[in-house]
Amino acid sequence: MNISTYSKEQLLSLISEIPDPEIPVINIIELGILRDVNWDGTLCTVTITPTYSGCPAMKMIENDIKIKLKEIGINNTHVELVYSPAWTTDWINDAAKEKLRAYGIAPPEYISFDKRILTGKQREVKCPRCDSKTTEMISQFGSTACKALYRCIDCKEPFDYFKCI
Amino acid sequence: MTLQQAKFEYLLRLGDSSLIIGHRLSEWCGHGPILEEDIALINIALDFVGNATSILAYAAQVEGKERTEDDLAYMRNERDYRNLLLTEQPNGDYATTIARQFLYDVYTFFLYEELKKSKDDTIAAIATKSHKEITYHLRHTTEWMYRLGDGTEESHQRLQNALNDLWMFTGDLFDMDEVDALLIKEGIAPDLEKIKEAWEKHVKEVIIEATLQMPATTIKQTGSREGRHTEHLGYLIAEMQYIPRSYPNTKW
Repeated sequence: MNISTYSKEQLLSLISEIPDPEIPVINIIELGILRDVNWDGTLCTVTITPTYSGCPAMKMIENDIKIKLKEIGINNTHVELVYSPAWTTDWINDAAKEKLRAYGIAPPEYISFDKRILTGKQREVKCPRCDSKTTEMISQFGSTACKALYRCIDCKEPFDYFKCI
Repeated sequence: MTLQQAKFEYLLRLGDSSLIIGHRLSEWCGHGPILEEDIALINIALDFVGNATSILAYAAQVEGKERTEDDLAYMRNERDYRNLLLTEQPNGDYATTIARQFLYDVYTFFLYEELKKSKDDTIAAIATKSHKEITYHLRHTTEWMYRLGDGTEESHQRLQNALNDLWMFTGDLFDMDEVDALLIKEGIAPDLEKIKEAWEKHVKEVIIEATLQMPATTIKQTGSREGRHTEHLGYLIAEMQYIPRSYPNTKW
């Protein structure tokens, strides 16, 4: 196949095979990290945005994209990191949220975030294992920058919550 | 002073403050009082270092001398650093770390809220991203202010001592010079006088709610804008820069 004829859809479909390094059940398109792909026949420009400013997975995602594109003969890839528009949990769609829940991570429950987090009022987060609404936050900061640590009062299991941002 | 010089200088102030306080927090790694706090401080440190990376990368681009963010972070001496004096203060006990972070989080919360509206698109984009993270930082330190301030007699006293000791570095947060004047005029940076009002109001509310007293110290040490630091920065930089200075251009 002549590599210069790859369509954007073909490239997107290929890139959708790349899982998030820390949450392997969803891919980088579902997570909203991939912003754009442009292929002009000689150079492929892939635009990505970090979930959090210091997300250590970005370098790995960049390498994964380059390796993936090499598989179909594209050797000249430039991965560009953009900060605007800022990533938000609103970009994670319902299907991806369900995958998170099945994996044991409570998905972000609400639209974006609001200033309530400043006043310490907590919102209801459902346990991804037993669906109980009786849960409590252990720490606002969890195993990765994008998650908080919760505990289910009913089934006693601790779990990660993908916090709204 | 040209606009380019002012912008470079201003970006160093923002980026260096994030880098230094991020490095300070990273010193807690493996030493936190409880596991959850250890994880929290390192997550916050990561946000700061991430913010510093993007701001210093932009600073290097504005400077146009083919330096990178790593050159700026690892190849300058302390007199070239423009971080706020507050950010370089040692971790001390947990109350000292919380007090330092709280005073700084309130500052960045209001500062970055204004920077989101900067006429410089890159600064506005970075600020929009970081402000979401800062909101979580502020919530974390505010909760600890209440917990320690309104906690035991000892935790209350330790937090009060920490606030009293750190108060002299809070004037430096709002020091302005020709760099600020030029950037305020261009709509790139906010007037720190306005930030100061919001900062004082919020800090006071939390201090009183936490059953603490406002520090009485009136002496304010400044100097970060000219690179005049406290003795602590040199030691921090010596440790932070050791590997890149000893093994230049080393790759993982």
